[in-house]
Amino acid sequence: MIGSDFYLDDPRPADGPPVIVGAGPAGIRAAQTLLAHGLRPVVIDEAPKAGGQIYRRQPDGFSRSAKDLYGFEAGRASDLHQTFDRLRPQLDYRPETLVWNAQGHSLDLLHTAQRTADSLRWRDLIVATGATDRVLPLPGWTLPGVYTLGGAQVALKYQGCAIGDAVVFAGTGPLLYLVAYQYAKAGGRVLAVLDTAPAVQRYKAAPAMLAQPAVTAKGVYFLSWLMFHDVPVHHGVQLLRAEGADRVQALVWKDAQGAEQRTACSAIGLGYALRPETQLADLLGCAFAFAPLHRCYVPQIDADRRSSVPGVYLAGDGAGIMGADAAEMSGELAALALLQDRGIATDAARQAKLRQQLDKTQQFRQALEVAFPFPEDWAARAPDELVVCRCENITAGELRATAASQPQGDINRIKALCRVGMGRCQGRMCGVAATEILADTLKVPVAQIGRIRGQAPIKPLPLDMTVLPQDQEASHG
Amino acid sequence: MVKQLATEVVVIGGGIMGASTALFLRKRGIQVVVLERDLCGSRSSGVNFGGVRRQGRSLAMLPLSQRAHQHWGRLTELIGTEAEYERSGHFKIARSQADMESLVRYAEKTRDCGLDLQLLDGAALHKRFPVGGAKVVGGSFCPDDGQANPRLLSPAFATAAARAGAQVLEHTPVLEVAHNGQRFVVRTPEMEIRANVVVNAAGAWAGQFAEQCGEPVPMRIRPPAMGVTEPLPFFLHWSLGVEGGSIYCRQVRRGNVVFGGGPGLVLDDTRTRNRHTTVWAQLPQLVELLPQLKNAQLIRTWSGNEGALPDHEPIISASSRQAGLYHAFGFAGGGFQLGPGVGDVMAELIAEGRSSTPIDAFRIDRFNDPACST
Amino acid sequence: MAHAIPLLPAGQLQRLKEQGRQPLQFVLNGQPAQALQGDTVLTAVLTQSAQLRSHEFAHTPRAGFCMMGACQDCWVTLGGEQAGRKLRACSTLLQAGMQICTSAEAVAAANATQVQP
Repeated sequence: MIGSDFYLDDPRPADGPPVIVGAGPAGIRAAQTLLAHGLRPVVIDEAPKAGGQIYRRQPDGFSRSAKDLYGFEAGRASDLHQTFDRLRPQLDYRPETLVWNAQGHSLDLLHTAQRTADSLRWRDLIVATGATDRVLPLPGWTLPGVYTLGGAQVALKYQGCAIGDAVVFAGTGPLLYLVAYQYAKAGGRVLAVLDTAPAVQRYKAAPAMLAQPAVTAKGVYFLSWLMFHDVPVHHGVQLLRAEGADRVQALVWKDAQGAEQRTACSAIGLGYALRPETQLADLLGCAFAFAPLHRCYVPQIDADRRSSVPGVYLAGDGAGIMGADAAEMSGELAALALLQDRGIATDAARQAKLRQQLDKTQQFRQALEVAFPFPEDWAARAPDELVVCRCENITAGELRATAASQPQGDINRIKALCRVGMGRCQGRMCGVAATEILADTLKVPVAQIGRIRGQAPIKPLPLDMTVLPQDQEASHG
Repeated sequence: MVKQLATEVVVIGGGIMGASTALFLRKRGIQVVVLERDLCGSRSSGVNFGGVRRQGRSLAMLPLSQRAHQHWGRLTELIGTEAEYERSGHFKIARSQADMESLVRYAEKTRDCGLDLQLLDGAALHKRFPVGGAKVVGGSFCPDDGQANPRLLSPAFATAAARAGAQVLEHTPVLEVAHNGQRFVVRTPEMEIRANVVVNAAGAWAGQFAEQCGEPVPMRIRPPAMGVTEPLPFFLHWSLGVEGGSIYCRQVRRGNVVFGGGPGLVLDDTRTRNRHTTVWAQLPQLVELLPQLKNAQLIRTWSGNEGALPDHEPIISASSRQAGLYHAFGFAGGGFQLGPGVGDVMAELIAEGRSSTPIDAFRIDRFNDPACST
Repeated sequence: MAHAIPLLPAGQLQRLKEQGRQPLQFVLNGQPAQALQGDTVLTAVLTQSAQLRSHEFAHTPRAGFCMMGACQDCWVTLGGEQAGRKLRACSTLLQAGMQICTSAEAVAAANATQVQP
């Protein structure tokens, strides 16, 4: 070891309440489980209300029912919200709080409303940071009016708005059909649903998908409903570009027969399933590995959701996209592992059951990849003038040119040279696309490109934030 | 089956020191192999502040700094790119009369060193530097100091060395440097390289090679504490430092403000980060210095590995123990501007047995000699 | 297969539900504007316009993207008393009297006001 006076010295505390980061389905079930076993967790939530993205609660003063907001998931959503509300007095709940850094056994917090900062030490930590949309850009995607599928869903669920008065939904994944259905049902004008997955893929996936008949039935229902209500649904499409002067006015695409189509519209909802938010796990020092199922690097976990770092457990989509139902299960399982590791008696049969159910979800998840495959030809087709990094305005051409000089293909080096991923979003929106283009340019597997190294702050910090007085215990330098 | 290679010079380390040494050796027609553990310019050379600064250096260092300055003036000719280098000026701020007097003394001491320092206070200060906050009482301005992008520049030195005929091997850690009585034998996981000369330019990790060759040095690693804001409207042409203070900053043309100052933290042998208590201290210092930053946002932090010797001067010398061995390391975070000068001097030292620029203050054996300690 | 759309509405977002909420007055690029209690700044602005900011490098309009605080493309600048302060529009609820700047001119004016060397 090289000599330094600046080694991090922040050993794991001997005790302290368990800390949960994230209050979506995984975080809520984790909190519930810990409470049921006599612990009082701290729950840190970036949002003002618990629920995460999928079960995001409407602001005060809004009036829609759970059924209106969450459709078939109304029961689950209500149960989670009511559970949280009931348990809240027993929790140490910290809403509107961003975890911007992990250093040793400290989490650095920004209280976003007050713009104040402090630090929280932990002995045991459940990271349930969830997911965002997985984005593959198309020319024109930075135009006003182009939003992610998840974003389109949030606009409707959280604000009662459609992203435009005439919307095209495009990409692939089960969310594509769900959001289109929700829009049409709410009275929005849905011009078309454009799925890059060839129609035949659904049939290939069908046998495996029947392992989860209820979930599959819902997907079939959405598609049938859309078709019954004369919403054009196209499979096997290729998305070419979004057109417009100062905002989107049309989507140009190719149908399965290769004919070019132009759909005039005022908004596009775009997405290819989800990607995990792993920055906190990265800063905590968790080991990562490439997961072919997710086509990205995810933090490693054992069967009970323990990460490679003692005391850190990973629940929900933040460790790999498995869906909301799996998030509830993995939240509970992570909490049970935490309890077990603390020497508190847990129900081994329950743990076994959860593991088994999660395995089944894994199989279904694999079927979804067959039904809605990642468009592997996307990178080869991406034109040089396509803006890949929307924060820094870096094109595919610039990325390719830089890659040509870096045959070893290290994405962090390429980022340093051409600035992709160096903007405010730190690679969330461009990371997947950049990785695909690099792999395609260098003719190497996606895994070889690596992943963008996580750096604090996890999200932008205001320079004028006020640091709250720290007690001796809280700050380990 | 170990691959065998033979060359005249092996350079350990592909940062700016090693790469520029290789480049200048090639200009003299000398064969060279560069062995880089990671990627060239990926460590301190590539993650530093990017200040290209002579002002503030010791008298002992200024001749070498001036020699480097000549090369900075012909970057494209030397390495094929300017890497965003600009002689935008460096301004060292005084926040008190005492600090100002310190700057005045430095300006006097160095008046023949070619820095062209201009001392500013009062009306001249407000005219030339309207951007500073209330506590700026004056400062010392060096018009031809400047800034560059280390992420682009340091790898460019390695690329230039390779283009000039150096064999540059990345992802090639050096396991051992030995001498068989006739030549050096440098061992990597897959190779043995025989050479007449070895240059130890391994940065923060150079100490182990110095020790292997019987010359341990009291080097300690100091991680810097770096950060950068989102892009902002351009307002700051000068690179800024603070006399007696720890914050320094510059604004790149795209608008991001890069800053540093204070200690980072070391996680292990290769990983370092900014430290949260340092970030907490840096942000209000930045806003106090530059009120324009009040509403700006920090988007990224990082650190690096800086090797520092007790007198804060580097080691640039022939070995005191082994003929044919040379050292260039321990720049304590101030090596970026010196890089091209160090490479030039090392090549001169190797080829001609002497340096025309004084480097006696940077001998590796100075720590053993009580007369030398500062 | 083009669907003819005669004219794009002034606002990007379309209100479908929850329109019975209390109105909220605010200022958009120096002009009085109205939104509804419970609107985020993004909703308030984009139900009557199609821009949240001008991109600093592309110099083209942006109107957010992810709606969930991930893309960082919806930061707007305040004018008035807090001139120069920035808000992430998708994750900030509108408050009465907020002065939101989304045009390049209004943002430049707000930034000029906040400087006190």
